[in-house]
Amino acid sequence: MIKAVYSKGKLVAKTGNEVMAEAMRQIEPDVVAAYPITPATEIVQIFSQFVADGIVKSKYVAVESEHSAMSATIAACAAGARAMTGTSSQGLCLMWEMLYIASGLRLPIVMAEVNRAISAPINIHGDQSDTMGARDSGWIQIYSENSQEAYDNMIQAVKIAEKAKLPTMVTTDGFIISHCMEVVELYPDQDVKEFVGEYKPERYLLDTKKPYTLGSVDLQDYYFEHRYQLAQAMRDAKNIILDVAKDFEHSFGRKYDLYEKYQLEDAEIVVVVIGSAAGTAKVVVDELRAKDVKAGILKIRVFRPFPVEQIVKDLAHVKAIAVMDRADSCSGAYAPLYSDIISSLYSAGIVTPKVENYVYGLGGREINIEHIMQIYDNLRKIASGLQKPSSQVEYVNVRKK
Amino acid sequence: MANLKELSKNQERLTGGHRLCAGCGAGIVARQAMIAAGNTPVVVTSATGCLEVSTTIFPYTSWETAFFHSAFENSAATCSGIETAYRSLKEQGKITEDIRFIAFGGDGGTYDIGLQSLSGAMERGHRMLYICYNNEAYMNTGIQRSGATPKGAHTTTAPAGKVHPGGKEQNKKDLTEIMIAHNIPYVAQSYVGNWNDFVTKVQKALAVDGPSFINILTPCRLGWNYKPEDTMILARLAVETCIWPSFEVENGVYKINVMPKEKKPITEFLKLQGRFKHLFKPENAHILESIQSDVDFKWERLQRRASES
Amino acid sequence: MKKEENRKLTVQELPVGDIVEAGTAVNFLTGSWRSQRLVWDKDKCIHCLTCWISCPDNSIKIAPDEKKTAVVTGIDYDHCKGCGICASECPVKIGAITMEQEKK
Repeated sequence: MIKAVYSKGKLVAKTGNEVMAEAMRQIEPDVVAAYPITPATEIVQIFSQFVADGIVKSKYVAVESEHSAMSATIAACAAGARAMTGTSSQGLCLMWEMLYIASGLRLPIVMAEVNRAISAPINIHGDQSDTMGARDSGWIQIYSENSQEAYDNMIQAVKIAEKAKLPTMVTTDGFIISHCMEVVELYPDQDVKEFVGEYKPERYLLDTKKPYTLGSVDLQDYYFEHRYQLAQAMRDAKNIILDVAKDFEHSFGRKYDLYEKYQLEDAEIVVVVIGSAAGTAKVVVDELRAKDVKAGILKIRVFRPFPVEQIVKDLAHVKAIAVMDRADSCSGAYAPLYSDIISSLYSAGIVTPKVENYVYGLGGREINIEHIMQIYDNLRKIASGLQKPSSQVEYVNVRKK
Repeated sequence: MANLKELSKNQERLTGGHRLCAGCGAGIVARQAMIAAGNTPVVVTSATGCLEVSTTIFPYTSWETAFFHSAFENSAATCSGIETAYRSLKEQGKITEDIRFIAFGGDGGTYDIGLQSLSGAMERGHRMLYICYNNEAYMNTGIQRSGATPKGAHTTTAPAGKVHPGGKEQNKKDLTEIMIAHNIPYVAQSYVGNWNDFVTKVQKALAVDGPSFINILTPCRLGWNYKPEDTMILARLAVETCIWPSFEVENGVYKINVMPKEKKPITEFLKLQGRFKHLFKPENAHILESIQSDVDFKWERLQRRASES
Repeated sequence: MKKEENRKLTVQELPVGDIVEAGTAVNFLTGSWRSQRLVWDKDKCIHCLTCWISCPDNSIKIAPDEKKTAVVTGIDYDHCKGCGICASECPVKIGAITMEQEKK
């Protein structure tokens, strides 16, 4: 249950989509270009009403596809506007080409993304296959456990994107967060506006005094350097995200990090998880802790850039880890989060924790307390040497013989 | 009616030093469009293609004005995003001057992969001019068939062969009519080789408070396979044979801008180009006949539309 | 071009995000592409500017004369690719531009 932490805050009951639209209203970008898609439609639908009612000064472009949504957002941002969009699933897929261009051109776009399964078969429910697929697109990715985080992340994303010169997507789990009514603490408009400040790009296309070309052809002699710049910007973004989190805590009282540590300090068995399932896992950990089981959670908030150096310090002491992925990579190997956790540990020379990979919740498949309890039970056996860790991906709650 | 002495006072906004082929029509289109725009600040977007690639190889650009490229199929969506940013910032008082917006695309980026983006931008009513420099195939990737490739043309993906002796067997799609069907204030067809026709149309289009579209026939010496100095001559022959009439539709009213003194047979246009060489074999005479009868039909229809307007 | 100008920029020196300052292509010389060289006959030229408006490479130099009317002043051989469009567009009766074999 969310409690008020900010003296001027106001507790309201809102869905994830509603709070994302609220954040956009308060940020009041110059341009929003978007296309409807379940379950993200509401965000831009609510926002268009703000535009229609003159509540925001923003211009809304009701484009004819997500490809054009991202193209127009990129262009508006390059032109000098603070520009935002929102999408999900197939919409993100259609944007694919443009995602890489947004980051390659170093444009600080902010996107509200609602995680949804990818076709085929078509499915409108929540899993993280869409944004996980975009993990190498050069976008900062911030995942939210609940509506409060979604709201706070959106506000921080504007500052992060503009400081890092990197596009940033803030995600919520489809339906689980996007459509569930929760209590959220909203901050006053003026305070949010002060926090995000005015967008002042160094170079922008509408600056007729200093015309330039953006989006030129790089041949063998320059492409690599530009891509290096992008990769480095992503590495540098970790400190920017932490700085913005500090500012945010100072302004509104809520504390954020690259990831959240829940009972992690002395934990022997740990679940690493992203998004709304962390909330369920916390209930399980509380139960286990009541029985003196040293269980903990590492909840990834920022998946891109991946907090390699930080994570290894917090996982080095752990005996057994379950990495829970709400996306499969269909790679014949492991799912995305697992791969990054393993490479982080191994590259730091930490090989003591036994690490398993669980894929769960595809297409909105339920993940409940019992499922996560079972995972911790497995971890307990592995930690005490009673069971060997599985060397392959384990699938949670899928029917098979 | 434009005047060269007056036009010469306008800014040059496409420099030399680009890597377009010698005699490339696209270079002429881009340069004349920018001269026509006068001294008003212009932001240009372009689809991926010859024009974009050749004019912006890092760290060089031929554009003396703001130029933006992001992908192949989205020149119109891109331009619409910039135009929206402009309206937003202008309303907020962050920008005070008047700026105009021109999107370029080749026929591949306009007729085919970019058609949806173009249609959307035109329907939404952004104040922008879209110029399709139409060289009737994917020239940048090496002369592949597009929706703009005319019947009978040899391209590398619809080549003339033993079983398909005629090259492309289908008619090109009539994009200009598709744009007219969007009911936008200004649509025109023009051609390289008549600077006055094109410059006048660009100026008209830019003066319109809304979306406008110009489809300009732009010979490609490599893809059409002719002598580089003939670029202008060929485009003029396209108009004189009525294969590519010069006309405009202003607020729904058709007007033929260049009426050929005498309608030449299409072979006058086709015979100068390597891409139609195979059509002159005796066994392909029927293809030439069908092209001629199609041109005759469409020319009659256009004249009717112009006289009814 | 001087050696320093040819030096490729490093990651730290490059502008962020693929930015190129307007009009820098004038520093890229395409004149070496020519196989045909245009010869402009100043005396025959009537300064109609047809060659100027027709050039894809912005290689016909013009400038205002004493009456502030634009006249052709020369050819930009640094960029002219020798396509010959100017020669073919020059009014037949005038013939102020001819093409000849480029000397290497």
